[in-house]
Amino acid sequence: MLIGIAFWVLAGVAVAAGVVVFVVDSMARATYALAVSFIAVGVQILLLQQNYLGLITILMMVMEMAVMAVYMVMFMGMNPALMPMDMTHGKKTAIGASVGVFVLLAGGAVLIPWPQRRGGPPDDLTHVLGLEIMGEKMLVMAVVGPVMVATIVAGVVLAAHRTRYDRFGDDLRRRPADDPQSGGVGR
Amino acid sequence: MPEDAVVAVPAVWAVLAGVILCGLAFFAVALDAVLSARAQGVGGGWAAPLSRTARLLRQRRRTTVAADTLLWRVGGAGMFVGAFLIVAVIPFGRWTLADLDVGVVWFNAVDVMVWALVWLAGWGANSTHSLVGGYRFLAHGLAYELPLMFALVAPAIAAGSLAVGDVAAAQEGLWFVVWMPVAFLVYLVGVMGFSVWGPFAPALAADIAGGVLAELSAVDRLVFQAGRYMFLAAGAAFSVPLFLGGGAGPWLPGWAWVLVKAVAVLAVLVWLRRKVPLLRPDRFMEIGWMVLLPAAVVQDLVVSLVVVWEG
Repeated sequence: MLIGIAFWVLAGVAVAAGVVVFVVDSMARATYALAVSFIAVGVQILLLQQNYLGLITILMMVMEMAVMAVYMVMFMGMNPALMPMDMTHGKKTAIGASVGVFVLLAGGAVLIPWPQRRGGPPDDLTHVLGLEIMGEKMLVMAVVGPVMVATIVAGVVLAAHRTRYDRFGDDLRRRPADDPQSGGVGR
Repeated sequence: MPEDAVVAVPAVWAVLAGVILCGLAFFAVALDAVLSARAQGVGGGWAAPLSRTARLLRQRRRTTVAADTLLWRVGGAGMFVGAFLIVAVIPFGRWTLADLDVGVVWFNAVDVMVWALVWLAGWGANSTHSLVGGYRFLAHGLAYELPLMFALVAPAIAAGSLAVGDVAAAQEGLWFVVWMPVAFLVYLVGVMGFSVWGPFAPALAADIAGGVLAELSAVDRLVFQAGRYMFLAAGAAFSVPLFLGGGAGPWLPGWAWVLVKAVAVLAVLVWLRRKVPLLRPDRFMEIGWMVLLPAAVVQDLVVSLVVVWEG
């Protein structure tokens, strides 16, 4: 009973905070409203007794929002002077599309004939869920990780304005490197 | 591994846990003040927590133009609340408030909250210096957080559990600090990081007029500063079950050993403040990613190999 009430209250908080994202006129408030929404969802996952997943959701989302706030303030035309701004663009199309998608998804969730539960829940839900998601594909996942990191590094290298010739000179022999910002380990 | 290494106590005891945390924070403030006084060649300082609290409580609250008051207050008060959340999963000898099966992740989630809180406290005042302080802290966060996460992984791997009680119980005979010293050191760096303490205080530095603290006054300043000291105390206390054998020790009962060890770690962290220079965020970024992170990962590898070797 109590858990049921908490779940629905959190659901309300999550949706309301999600709406607030598009209502407030401050980039910082929009970002942290989104963080509140994610935290509410994370606590809901905790209520489903998925402790690890719930906490990881909160951890990652708070960290992500803290960094995102910086970029949002930087890129969204809102200098750090609390200049009012608007999160919405192309309102009619956007509202139409989002209402349509919501009706489609919610209708599907409500109307679909869900199968009856067979058997009881296992003891260690998180473990079983992890095996279900990852189990067969562990090798693929283990390979994809390094590939993703390599992609990120390669992307940054390609995007960076300066190359190793700028840093180490034409013969790559200059030490320490000529960096606009000196590092902390004295390279 | 014993099935019930720790016993969860009723929620009423949270009051006692809170009092102990405040006591530790008081000790940290007093010790810092005493060391400051001694450095200037005068005595005293033990009354500093009381006098500072009284002064801030009587101070008039400063307001700034177009401040985002909601976010500002959330940042300050959140620092005060967050440290209590950490204490909830620290076993006090045999007892704990919440015997969470993922206590280590809980700790990590709370310390990540500090990212948001310090930045919000810097943002809310609508003041340049405050905001610069907030950005400085985030830059530090990017450098200390990942090494800290990997440092937290090492004891969890060795214990085969994310429950803090199990981690403490797994150290019978040999404390983790002995065979994973790198993780311990990186952990302490992280604690100073999320407490905006010592070398990680450029966010509050004098060169930007106090940074995040520039416009904080009265009770807002009190809760923010108290929160920093309490995070420092909570971080020191969390290192006890994680690396220092929990309540293990001769003669004294478990809870007393937890307190003694927590006070010792806290004293070292407080003492370090005047021994280590401020670390510029841009400088420390490279130290964090080029030195601390690889060191922590290698430490994890060594721990994993040992665990696999011993089967």
